[in-house]
Amino acid sequence: MQMHQAKRVEITIEKIMQSRLTRALQDADVTGYTILPVLGGSGRSGEWSRSGQISRGTGMVQVVCIVRPERLEALLEAAFAVVEKHIGVVSVTDCQVLRAERF
Amino acid sequence: MFSLAAENLLSPIVLSFVLGLGAALARSDLSVPEAAAKMMSIYLLFAIGFKGGVAVSDHGVDGALALSLIAGVVLSALLPLLAFALLKVMTNLSRIDAAAVAGHYGSISIVTFVAASTVLESAGLKAEGYMVAVAAAMEAPAILSALWLVSRGGSGDAERMSGDLWREILLNGSIVLLLGSFAIGWVTGAEGLAKIDSFIVAPFQGVLCLFLLDMGLIAGRGLRGARGVLTGGVFAFGLIMPVLGATAGLATGLLLGLSTGGVALLMVLSASASYIAVPAAMRVALPEANPSVYLTLSLAVTFPFNLTLGIPLYLAAAQWTTGG
Repeated sequence: MQMHQAKRVEITIEKIMQSRLTRALQDADVTGYTILPVLGGSGRSGEWSRSGQISRGTGMVQVVCIVRPERLEALLEAAFAVVEKHIGVVSVTDCQVLRAERF
Repeated sequence: MFSLAAENLLSPIVLSFVLGLGAALARSDLSVPEAAAKMMSIYLLFAIGFKGGVAVSDHGVDGALALSLIAGVVLSALLPLLAFALLKVMTNLSRIDAAAVAGHYGSISIVTFVAASTVLESAGLKAEGYMVAVAAAMEAPAILSALWLVSRGGSGDAERMSGDLWREILLNGSIVLLLGSFAIGWVTGAEGLAKIDSFIVAPFQGVLCLFLLDMGLIAGRGLRGARGVLTGGVFAFGLIMPVLGATAGLATGLLLGLSTGGVALLMVLSASASYIAVPAAMRVALPEANPSVYLTLSLAVTFPFNLTLGIPLYLAAAQWTTGG
């Protein structure tokens, strides 16, 4: 089966920033993404768990985008403008997709 | 006052909170499902807003409502300045952290307000129904004060308060539900209440107990993680600031000529610290501020203090000063 190279970008960010991030992605013509709830974790800002939250400002989500390699730079620039000062992680991995025209 | 405090401490709502707090501190796996907690908060906000609207419908509107709203806005805007000055004296927090914390103490905790309303009812005291609207009015001005405190220090950023953030603050779910149910109660009055009182009156305290159980769990987890976050000075601030805020609320309530219950509720609003609306705004507008400090302080220090000792203290002070 024919496979195509793509980039998978995972952005773990505060829930309060989710709409700002997705808007920035859409402005950069990245219209395909998946949003996942984050249960918890630990990092520079300490340990964190979804079950211990009351404020909508303190939850975390993960936004996953898969794009063609040539569109990666524009995506990262748009995302970085939003997440720069905020708690979170941005990672990029190589992946392969079946239907290249969808990305 | 001591009997009032003892009565409050042994009430089902406070004991439910203590149960949650103890369970979290003991590392129990007890938890309230997220969706259930959200449903309970919707129920409580709807019920308290509706009942406030009905009370206004019964007694009518007068100039005191407008004056109380203005007073609430002014209190919310000014209390952060007092909190900021206190933090500068008592702690080593950076300007941004201190401003973020100060913003929380100008805004309000609606759960503390709900608990205080329940205590007032148990004591046979009535408050002005429009205090619900005053609570809503006190949510946001403190955020502006916090940002002003930061900008005064040379860290100003014109982009901090975007139109989106304003919309999120002013139209956050709690405010919309509280004011919406208040309006429904106002329009439908006692007749409307009669139709749904079996839903929003009788089960109210039971639901509040379960909600406070969850709050206890959250506060307990916050306290467990507080080591290394809260220094002695910061912790002491979390206990002193509510009393100073309540004193400002007391003076304002007396100036406004509110009833004993109204004065007590204004004290509670002035004493409480936000842990829902303001943290969300601070994460967007002041991402450099440490959320562990302001969330732990408002949720794990000030909220338990107000719930257990603060409310009876403020009620006793309101009764003493108004002769009620």
